Amino acid sequence: MSPETIELVLISVVTAATPLILAAIGELVVERAGVLNLGVEGMMIVGAAIGFAAAYTTDSTLLGALAGMAAGVLLSAIFAILAVFMATNQVATGLALTILGVGLSGLAGAAFVGLKRDGATALDLPGLSHLPYVGKLIFGEDLFVYCAVGLVAAVGYFLSRTRLGLTLRAVGDNHASAHALGVSVRRVRLIAVLFGGGCAGLAGAYLSLAYTPFWSPGMTAGRGWIALALVVFSSWKPWRCLAGAILFGGATTLQLHAQAFGFPVPAQFMSALPYLATIVALVLLSILDRRGTAAPAALGQPFVPDR
Amino acid sequence: MRIDLEPRPKASRTREIVAPVAALLVAILIGGLVVKLLGKPPLQAFRVYFIDPLTEGWSLQELAVKASPLVLIAVGLSFCFRANLWNIGAEGQFIAGGLFGGWLGIVTHGGSGGAWILPAMLLLGALGGLLYAMLPAVLKIWLGVSEILTSLMLVYVAQLGLDYMVRGPWRDPMGFNFPVTVNFDADATLPLLVEGGRLHAGVAVTLAVLAVAALVLSRTLFGFEVRLVGDAPKAARFAGFSDRRLTVTVFAISGACAGLAGISEVAGQIGQLQPSISPGYGFTAITVAFLGRLSPFGILIAGLVLALTYIGGEAAQVALKLPLDMTMAFQGILLMCVLGADVFTRYRIRLVGRSG
Amino acid sequence: MTPSGPTAPADSADRQPAPAAATGTIPLVAVRNIVKRFGGFTANDHISMEFMAGEVHALLGENGAGKSTLVKILYGLLEPTEGDIFFDGEKVRLASPEEARARGIGMVFQHFSLFENLTVSENIALVLPRTEGLDRLPQRIDEIAQRYGIVLEPDRPVWTLSAGERQRIEITRCLLQDPRLLILDEPTSVLTPQEADTLFATLERLKQEGRALLYISHRLEEVKRLCDRATILRMGKVVATCDPKLESARSLAALMVGAQIKEVKAAVAHPIGGARLEIRDLTLPSAEVHGTALKRISMAVRGGEILGIAGIAGNGQSELFAALSGETKASAQTIVLDGKEVGALGVTARRQSNAAFVPEERNGHAAAPDLSLSENVILSRHATGGLARYGFLRRAAARTLAKTIIRTFDVRTASADPKARTLSGGNLQKFVVGREILREPSVFVVNQPTWGVDAAAAAAIRQAIVDLAARGAAVAVISQDLDELFEISDRIAVIHHGALSPARAARETSREEIGLLMGGADGQHAH
Repeated sequence: MSPETIELVLISVVTAATPLILAAIGELVVERAGVLNLGVEGMMIVGAAIGFAAAYTTDSTLLGALAGMAAGVLLSAIFAILAVFMATNQVATGLALTILGVGLSGLAGAAFVGLKRDGATALDLPGLSHLPYVGKLIFGEDLFVYCAVGLVAAVGYFLSRTRLGLTLRAVGDNHASAHALGVSVRRVRLIAVLFGGGCAGLAGAYLSLAYTPFWSPGMTAGRGWIALALVVFSSWKPWRCLAGAILFGGATTLQLHAQAFGFPVPAQFMSALPYLATIVALVLLSILDRRGTAAPAALGQPFVPDR
Repeated sequence: MRIDLEPRPKASRTREIVAPVAALLVAILIGGLVVKLLGKPPLQAFRVYFIDPLTEGWSLQELAVKASPLVLIAVGLSFCFRANLWNIGAEGQFIAGGLFGGWLGIVTHGGSGGAWILPAMLLLGALGGLLYAMLPAVLKIWLGVSEILTSLMLVYVAQLGLDYMVRGPWRDPMGFNFPVTVNFDADATLPLLVEGGRLHAGVAVTLAVLAVAALVLSRTLFGFEVRLVGDAPKAARFAGFSDRRLTVTVFAISGACAGLAGISEVAGQIGQLQPSISPGYGFTAITVAFLGRLSPFGILIAGLVLALTYIGGEAAQVALKLPLDMTMAFQGILLMCVLGADVFTRYRIRLVGRSG
Repeated sequence: MTPSGPTAPADSADRQPAPAAATGTIPLVAVRNIVKRFGGFTANDHISMEFMAGEVHALLGENGAGKSTLVKILYGLLEPTEGDIFFDGEKVRLASPEEARARGIGMVFQHFSLFENLTVSENIALVLPRTEGLDRLPQRIDEIAQRYGIVLEPDRPVWTLSAGERQRIEITRCLLQDPRLLILDEPTSVLTPQEADTLFATLERLKQEGRALLYISHRLEEVKRLCDRATILRMGKVVATCDPKLESARSLAALMVGAQIKEVKAAVAHPIGGARLEIRDLTLPSAEVHGTALKRISMAVRGGEILGIAGIAGNGQSELFAALSGETKASAQTIVLDGKEVGALGVTARRQSNAAFVPEERNGHAAAPDLSLSENVILSRHATGGLARYGFLRRAAARTLAKTIIRTFDVRTASADPKARTLSGGNLQKFVVGREILREPSVFVVNQPTWGVDAAAAAAIRQAIVDLAARGAAVAVISQDLDELFEISDRIAVIHHGALSPARAARETSREEIGLLMGGADGQHAH
């Protein structure tokens, strides 16, 4: 395998990992605040459909990305009203959001099936982007990729170094204590949920604007669920999330490249690799972290304050 | 502005029955709005979705046939959900049941036949679903792995497995290269309950399971255990019930029900195996379970309501060119309304202005 | 105290406090005619109180009297349905704890509002006003440490700390805001007697600095020692205000309860038999994430005697209870019931060996809140009360049994077979205890039998326990309430960090000695 091939493989790993990073980092913030939003797949696929629709209509990738984000935020707002303010069962509400999202995406994207447009433009820094072997990998990605990495850094800093990040972690640790100290638990959770929605929407928009520059129904293929697993797998730590996404991204691209290299394994098995890998990853994590100390203590518990 | 939730001191039977009905009405209204936004006439859509299917004899049978797998899967799910175990992989267990039972239909194809084949297929189907459900259950009790993620991942695996089998080893060699298996013999097909109609014996199986489930939940110690675990898990342990044993048992029940629904669908409606044997029954059944408030009788009604949306959705696709995705979106809206309505049964909701 | 009674501010609700000859007599904080209703229930009924600078004011009352509600109103966590709050004579509205803190009201909670997985300094940082930077925090904590002698380790996660250390975090959090009124809600309930002394020294210091202190407690000896004034609440109303130093514990208790409390009658002389409950060298890791492992526990309880197990919460009591009940299994020989090795058996098998158990948490552990009382009977009696046959429930038998329990133990219910959550704390506890005692078990283990229960129900429960032992049962009582243990136990042992001290005869030991053991017995000072 020549260095050029290796570079191509690495680039494909990065692009496969990017939607996972975006969706997972958003959900990580939501879960650190104590809320479990299983609707990531639904928000992501709506982001993909609306993102493509907007980009095609305005012929602007940027507007498409923003539209995808906005769609994610709107859907997550519905989730917030139910799960945060009305204290509904978070698991069921998240599932409902996914079902709704998948349905809505089909409706929104129906008119755009089969249409194509140019993909997102890649960065082109004179000199740097043309470095041999690493130029394209590090300096030649599209903006979504840099956004994803930037978000990971920003979230990491936010959670560990800022006052608001500390408050959010406190809410996820013990919402009753936070309430007793006067923190507005529901407001913190609302903001977290909306942030997660925006990230998931952006992740979806990436799929239909950069990863493959078209919309097709069901194109997220369970990536939203893999992102949820990624949050668990990363023990709710931002940088580990990035690392895990690269691993999962690798598993996803493996099937594509394996076909190219002619491995004698049925296509369906290769397609099943990411899902099997997710299960294996979760199992490994459970074996290594037997006590399960990492999860935010209040995760998934509904909160009803008394006044 | 603040939303205040005050717990209600007493439960009210009336409220518990009105809530899901109100949820359905609100969901229909919101669905109508979406239809309008799509540029289609909402009133006509409502008629096509909900009224027309009820007015014709053949479609009433179709309603029962479509509701049957939904109700069967949802009954099994209700045992899991009551115990706060989130089996969302019923779709995968459905497929596993179809595969296991379907295997017998394929190998006995063209043979001497016999009355034993069909019951054996049903049993195998239930077994297949049960075994497939054991994967997330065992991972949960041994390692504490989230059953939500594992059961869901296995859905994708099952779908791909079915796809592989019907395109590969099990493909009908005389089938003109279509990715389907042989048609099952008569002995491997569910008999019709009404001559010349569509109502097959799978419906009877579902009703039988429903009755047994109702009995178990209300009258047996095991049913008591299931009801207790969801309400107070520490009390369940204090009562001497093992949560590991319970997890395995309810997943087994749920998997078996889903698997049985799978083979019933394959041996009844379809008559062979093909790459897709479910229009998302395993996921719709989740909505059915919640709409029916996790009780057998409620699930029966809820299953009929959601089956109605399936049939209505197919009709609307033809009559109004409304995509099938509308049905799925409606199901999501309905589930959200049900969850919201449930809050009203437990709390009084007040909007408090900023002045206090 | 004269029979004509102490001053009753409830009568003078509409008069403004009259300026007196002495200095500073406008109350620092005053509440007038505070009413708080939750739905149909009135928690505070026209309460008026005054808090003066440099004074420790006790708020007395039994569980459910309305103390916590009033205090939450003062801290801005709840808004009063009616009534006013005055600060320095000026009417104010406290819409949030932040506003209360800004005005100088600080609160040390009974159940600490701490975040287990965050560090000490992170916990403290959360209450700093937004304007102050986080970088000054270590310096500020140091200042407090110097001035009040409070020792803290800033980078340790809270879950590793003892109750006394956690309370110090709570107090430091308050002191950083320079409060003029400091509210303490049952502060000594989680401290050893020695740690309580250290706390009192700190409080004295604060009092001398001219702060006002509101001290909630039901421990009358403490109140008499520490407080200058006491207001007594009963059923949401102020029933008396007095100088606790001039009262006796008995008269204060009578005011709290409103009647003469029945004292627990000592058991008639009865023979003590052989050991019926034994633990032999039990070592068990905790199943909980932040739990306490049990270390080489050995004890024996004989028929007819009550063994009290004292200790502050969080030292392994729940783990010990779970090991005894069978909710956590151990090796067979470590737990012995009437000579039979049951350590590896589960709860049901132990119940079938005629043992009975009452856990600490009545709503959620001893009983399921949304099930009816008859179903809650099935919960612990399905294997021993003939309530299940061939897997089928016998509901009628369960209902009859529930009725018997309700009648025998005077459980007050709103309907014939209500849901457990509708019962008051005391009534539910009587039901849960009665459900087990009615079986006439030969071994009975109970964890915190009267926690959060009103005085009358508590006395009834203690009496039932004493009488059960008199009939020959071996009884183990785990409790944080030293008064209770000294009242009913024959012998007392102490659990600390998962290890059990040898048991001493109750008559031959003292609260001080037990207190030392509760604190780990490494010296006189509390840490």
